[in-house]
Formats: sequence, C-alpha cells, structure tokens
Amino acid sequence: MTPHNDRSILLDARAFARALQRMAVEITELAPAAEHLVLIGIQRRGVELAERLAQLIEKNGGPSVRRGALDITLYRDDLETVGPKPVIGETRIPGDLSGSHVVIVDDVLYTGRTVRAALDELADFGRPRRISLCVLVDRGGRELPIAADVVGKAVKTGPRDRVDVGVKELDGKDEVTVVRGGPA
Amino acid sequence: MTAIGKDLVGLEHLSPEQIRLILDTAEPFKEVSERPIKKVPALRGKTIVNLFFEASTRTRISFEFAEKRLSADTVNVAVSGSSVSKGETLVDTARNLEAMRIDMVVIRHGSSGAAQFLGSRIRSNVINAGDGKHEHPTQGLLDLLTIRDRHGRIEGLKVCLVGDILHSRVARSNLWGLTKLGAEVGVCGPRTLLPRGIEELGVQVFDRIEQAIEWADVLNVLRLQLERMEKGFIPSLREYYRVFGVTEERLAQARRDITVMHPGPMNRGVEIDSRVADGPHSVILDQVTNGVAIRMAVLYLLAGGKPELADAAKRGAAGGGAE
Amino acid sequence: MTRPLLLRGGRVIDPSRGIDEVADLLVQDGKIAGLGRGLGAPDGGEVRDVTGLVVAPGLVDVHVHFREPGNEDEETVATGARAAVTGGYTAVCAMPNTDPVTDNQAAVGFIVRQSVRAGLARVYPIGAVSVGQRGEKLAEFGEMVGAGAVAVSDDGRPVASGHLMRTALEYARTFDIPVADHCEEPTLFTGGVMHEGLVSSRLGLKGIPAAAEEIMVARDLLLAELTGGHVHLCHMSTRGSVAFIRRAKERNVRVTAEVTPHHLTLTDHACEGYDTNAKMNPPLREAADVAALRQALVEGVIDCIATDHAPHAYDEKDAAFDDAPFGVVGLETGFGVAHTELVEGGVLSLPDLIHRMSTAPARAFHLPGGGLRIGAVADVCVLDVRTPWTVDAAAFHSKSRNSPFGGRRLTGAARMTLVAGRLVHDVPAPGARGA
Repeated sequence: MTPHNDRSILLDARAFARALQRMAVEITELAPAAEHLVLIGIQRRGVELAERLAQLIEKNGGPSVRRGALDITLYRDDLETVGPKPVIGETRIPGDLSGSHVVIVDDVLYTGRTVRAALDELADFGRPRRISLCVLVDRGGRELPIAADVVGKAVKTGPRDRVDVGVKELDGKDEVTVVRGGPA
Repeated sequence: MTAIGKDLVGLEHLSPEQIRLILDTAEPFKEVSERPIKKVPALRGKTIVNLFFEASTRTRISFEFAEKRLSADTVNVAVSGSSVSKGETLVDTARNLEAMRIDMVVIRHGSSGAAQFLGSRIRSNVINAGDGKHEHPTQGLLDLLTIRDRHGRIEGLKVCLVGDILHSRVARSNLWGLTKLGAEVGVCGPRTLLPRGIEELGVQVFDRIEQAIEWADVLNVLRLQLERMEKGFIPSLREYYRVFGVTEERLAQARRDITVMHPGPMNRGVEIDSRVADGPHSVILDQVTNGVAIRMAVLYLLAGGKPELADAAKRGAAGGGAE
Repeated sequence: MTRPLLLRGGRVIDPSRGIDEVADLLVQDGKIAGLGRGLGAPDGGEVRDVTGLVVAPGLVDVHVHFREPGNEDEETVATGARAAVTGGYTAVCAMPNTDPVTDNQAAVGFIVRQSVRAGLARVYPIGAVSVGQRGEKLAEFGEMVGAGAVAVSDDGRPVASGHLMRTALEYARTFDIPVADHCEEPTLFTGGVMHEGLVSSRLGLKGIPAAAEEIMVARDLLLAELTGGHVHLCHMSTRGSVAFIRRAKERNVRVTAEVTPHHLTLTDHACEGYDTNAKMNPPLREAADVAALRQALVEGVIDCIATDHAPHAYDEKDAAFDDAPFGVVGLETGFGVAHTELVEGGVLSLPDLIHRMSTAPARAFHLPGGGLRIGAVADVCVLDVRTPWTVDAAAFHSKSRNSPFGGRRLTGAARMTLVAGRLVHDVPAPGARGA
C-alpha cells in the first residue's frame, strides 16, 4: 500500500440494505409483469445480490421470481490476459429465456466489458423479450456504450482507484469501500 | 507458460495440483455441452490441427467437438505412414506447421515420444492424443473425472487395469494419474502382457480376474488387439475371454458399487460381455461425455493465460473490482 | 622421409613392457629409435617438449564403422581416419557392413588403398563372415586376408546360424584370424529399441532383454571351445555375458572381448526424454551391468575398449526414437570418456587403461603396435590427462555428430599422434583444431 492510498466507506451495512430495498422497488417498476422476470447474477457477487433482490421483490408482494447465475469467463474479450489459473464458475440458467424479461445483476459497473460478455452469452441461451441491467455501484469509466437501468449508488473514480464490494454471504459483511490510488 | 505448461505430453510429469486443475476446469465445460447452443467463444480465431498418423475415429471426433465448441477453427490431417519413412514425415510436418503459424496441434502417432518430439520443435501448443505405447493423457484424465464423478473421490480407491497393459498407453496414463491422486492401482492380465518392472511402480499384480474383481472398486477394462494373438502373446481370443473376460457371472462376486470402465472401442465377447458393457455397473458412456469436457478444459488451459500480458494489462489499465 | 622427432620429458607408458617413467622418446625412420633420459637432439630433427604429458603407444580401436563404400555422406575412410588420429588412435579395424558389403578381396583391397591415400590412422579392413552378410554362405576368408583383412565379422548383425558360426571358427583357424560376433538372438531382439527394464516400460518403448545377448555369448563360447577357434565378442553389455566369459577363460577357451566407453559410463536412464543419441545396439543397460563391465575390464575378463564408432547423418537421428538408426560415434571422445570415468573414477590406473586401449587390442587382432620397444613401428600418441575440455560435437572431425557425450566435461585428450613416425595430429590444447 502506497502512502497515498485513501480508503473510504461508500456504503456501510445499513446504507447497503437501504440501497437494495430501493433497487428492488425500481426493478418492480421496470417490469410490472413480474411473472416473466428473471434475475441473473454475474459470478460471483452478482449472484448473491440477485438472490437478495429476488427475495425482496417476493417479500414486497410479487409472484416468485426466477433466478440464475452466469459466469462470463469464456466470453471475455481479454482471455489471453486472464492469468495462469482462469477459474470458471457455475452457469445456471432457469429454463428457456425466450419471451422473458431478464435483469442482469452485478456488483460494480465500470468499463462495461463484463456486461457485453454477459449479453453475448445470454444470446446463446435464447432470445429474451427484454434485457435490463441492475448494478449496486456505477463507478463511471465506461469503454463501451452500456448504461445501467437500476443503480444503487454512483461514484466518480479514476483508473488508479479500486471499488471493493463485500457481501455477507461471501465476505462476512455488507460493505462497499473506495480505495483512492492517488498520484504516483 | 500456462498453469500446465506449453504442451500436454503425458501425465507422468504433471503434479497432482495440475491434474486436479484440469478436472475442476472440465466441470463447467460439461454444462456447455448441455446447452441448446453448444458453443462458447473462448478459443475464437485459434487454429487447431488434428494430426492423426494412426486411424482413430472416436478420439478425433471427440477432439473436434471440443475444439468447435470452443469456437476454434479446426483442420483434420490424416497421414498414412506407409509410403514415407515415419521419421522423415514427422520432422517435415513439424516444420510445415511452424511455418503456417498453427496455434495448437493435437497429434496421434505410432511412435512413443512423438508428441514430445513435436512439442520441442514448434512453438504451437502440442496435445498428445496417443503416442505409441507411451501415454494417452486426455484418456487418463477423462477416466479420472469419471471415477471422481461416480465415487466422489480418487484417493484411497482401488482401481484395477485389466488386459494388455504392456502395449497400452491408456494404462500408463491411468497409472500415473491414479497414483498421483492417491488411488491404489492393480493390474490383471496374462504375464505375457505385463511390462517389466511394473511392481516397482507400486502396482499390485493379479494373475486371475476373479482376484481383481474381489479387490477392486473400479475396473478399467482395456481393449485386446487381434494382433496380440497373431504375435503369440496369447494362444487365442477364446481362451482370453474364458480366463480373463469380465462377465456378468464374475461381476456377481464384486462389491455392489463396483464401476466398470472401458476406453473403447470394445471387443464385445473378448475382454468384456455385452451385458456388462450395457449394464448398471458400466460408466462407459459417461467416459465419452467426459471426454469432450476434458478436452475442452485442456485446450482452454493451454490456450489462455499469459501472465506477462495479465501484468501489463493490470499496470496499464484499471484498478480492482469488476468492470 | 620424415624428420626425426624427439619427444622430451614426457611420462612414457609402455604397457607391453611394464614401463612407466619420465623419459625421452626418439622416433627416426618411422620407428622407435631410442627411449631413455637425457637423449640428445637428433641431427636435422625436431625436438618437442612434452613435459607434463603422457607418451604412449598409439591407441588401437578394433571396432569402427566407416561408411565407405555406400554412405559417404556419413563418413569416409579418410574422415574416419582423421577422427581416429584426433582421438589418439593410430590404428582402427573397419567393420564390413558397408554398401556393398566388404566380402571379397577387391572390396578389402579398396579399403586398404583408401587408408594409404588418407595417410592418417591405419585402417585395417575386417571382412564379412558370410557373403553379403546374409548369414548363408561363408565368404572367401583366404582371399580377403591376402588382400589385407585382419578378422572376419558380420557385425551389424549376429551370425544367427550355429552351424555357420561353427564353420567360420574352424575355417578361420587356417588363417589365424578372429571371428568377431555381434551377439544377439534375433527373435528376442525384433522391434526392440532399448534395454528391456523399468525405463523402457515407463517410456512405452519395446525392450531388448539382456538374455538376447547372453544366449549368443554362451553359444559362441561353446563353439569356440568345440572348434579351438578364436572368437572375439563385440561390444559386451551385460553382467550375465561377463560371467560366461569369465568361466570360459578359466577353461582356456580362445576368447577375447571388447566393451565400449558408453557401456562403461551410461545406463538406460540416458534414454529418458527420448534422446536418440542414447540409442545404440546393444543398448545401454542398468547400473549393475555397468559395474560388472568395469570390474571385468579390471580383471582382464574383457580385454579391451573399442568404440563401435557408428556415424549417422543428422537428419536420420532427428526422428522419433523408434525410427532413428542405432549407433553413436566415439573415436573423438573414447579416450576422454574412459580416462575421466575409469582413471579419475579410481577404477583403473592410467597404464592399465592404456594397456586396454592399445596393447591388448593390438594383441587380440595380431596387429603391430601397442608397444614402444626399440625398432617397433613408431605409432605413438601424446596424451594430455590434466587439462579439462568440453565435448563439442559440432567441432568433430568426423562427418557425423551423433554422440551421447555432447557438452560433457572430460579430462584426457590426444595432443599429438604419430603414425609411422609422421606427426598427423598436433594441437596445442585438447579440443583445439590443429594440424
């Protein structure tokens, strides 16, 4: 860690929970006919978030929401730089996606390349009627023309900064921190 | 250099961790073969040549499916070894492939050491699809995966290879893979078909198939080739079946959950009964399914992951987190 | 007429007379003219100070393959003779498995003439045992000996027929020449490419069992005993063969035997990695065989070291192990390997090594040389046994490069070689290219 690193909490556990509540409501507004809704989380943390959002939507009185998981490793456009141990996670798509409204769920939206890979992969599973994007944090810095429909929290960051997302199920607590890289 | 090296020549020199990595990587690829669109773009734009000096339909097709499901461009070359001396052809072939800038070569050849010979002369990744009597690593790996799927583990399992061990590259690859992952290995067959020094490799030798069946959790039954009889290693195929055949009657003495495997193609009625091959103990068709997944995993691991590019990307571009 | 030459101050070793002392050696008119301390410089002659070096009778290799006629791209009599003197050899015996086979007086005479033309090491032809080496009909031993052959052999192949071997041993008695056999039972050999053992099992290569050699060794010894003929056993490789020879010599059977530097040094582990420079016939065997061969050399159960120098074109050896031809070159590394492994390894003394590489082989094949008595022909080598050098196959004088010792660090090399008093090899340091 360089002496210029500057770490701040963007969302603590309570803010995290409030953001998820709001996001669940916004998704419901996006997709009034909830029986066609499918929440697909991008490995890894997107999967946990999708599960929580689905439960919140169902608690708010909606019908049961289908969920799934997508690992985009095989669709990355930078496969050669992945490193010596590319670990592929589970891909689990609930049934036929044709005619459904898919909401892709991820923890951080940055360059947009992960979402592009997810769109390519989803196309190999069928033809949804509509695809929306829901992210917990939008940190700017897009390299592709991709925008999120539902955003938990937006923050401006630079290339030397890092956004770390922790979810209770995998990391022990819900928290989003921003680590500023600062001038070299 | 990837996690498993530049080439896959055999299992003898892989570490247990590397073998486990390949098995673990194969799991998600099984799911790809279940999708309606059985294709992922992971190896898009890569050129792969299937260079088969020995005829083989099943292995070649399995590799071809693996390559196409990864979106690679594949070319099949069948070389007959009769007209030209085999040694010449291999060196010239290596040079030609190098000159055409092929990304990966899958080679099957009649001489032991041929895959290593090729791998040391060209920059392309080389995958051994069977070299002489030396190794057939993807078969060994798919056998391991099949055993692991069926029994949940490899360590401590008793696996017996049955048949012509002397001439079998499948047996050698199985031997290395199983011992590295902690299984106990046995062999059973006529002494004329056992290699010298096999006991020194920590393998138990069973002279009778009944003993092997009583001992084993898994039987891997190898194909007996007709020419073994013609060269005098065994007196007749009929005698081989009577003495060593894996029959339903003999299997009745086995453990309830004994697994029967066969690399194929089977000589029904010689080394194995049809009723056994088609019966509840047999995982022979799972082996075929796993074969494609294993080969996809191997191609994927060899093709990807250049750490120096990863480091450069990290230095030049984003910080952490997802994109 | 060559100038007289005085080699001053070297350690003179003459195993034929048990001499090992620092002395001067005078060579004149192609013969040894004087041996002693403080010899005067000859008139009109040259004086070379060889302090710190060893002066010995020229080395003799009774088993080499020069590929002329037929495969001149691999080696010729001339290039082979050049390789020989570079290694300190003043005489070699060339096996007849040429193309066409050297099985008649014209072919034998051709080799002799090529040797004289080259004017380097003496190349003595060995004639074939059977016409075309086909193992059916005896070749004309008498005519071949008359043209210059010093022995007969079907090497490359065994004399498979017991009847033919017996006949050859009996017939050879008339001309007092040895019958040199390549001991190998053909049906146990078929398709084998290396020693049959744990290493061949791991590599998936077909093995040649030790028994394939031992069966024919036993047969040849029994036939030699039966006929009273002289059998010379080529390139021994197994401890079983050594045991048979030992017992036969106790019974006074007329047998001589040779072993190669590679069989005294390497085991079948050298084949790991499928290096075709470790592929030769008989194959490299196990550590216990190497130990037994060394012990046999110490005892004299094996009489001499011979390289079985077998050149092959680079593209033939650049192939899968199964397809590469058998054989390695050895003339330019023979003494270096033997000295490093056996003398520095404490197995043999230097005089004993020179005995096994000069005196004993000359005696086995009734050749001149192998000694430095006054009046003997001046075939001499001057050896550096101190300066280490690294084997560089690319620098060989042989046309071929197939050596298992490439890159190895050795001590022991010829600095000068004289044949009939003429200086035909003269380098300032081991491995350097010189005159």
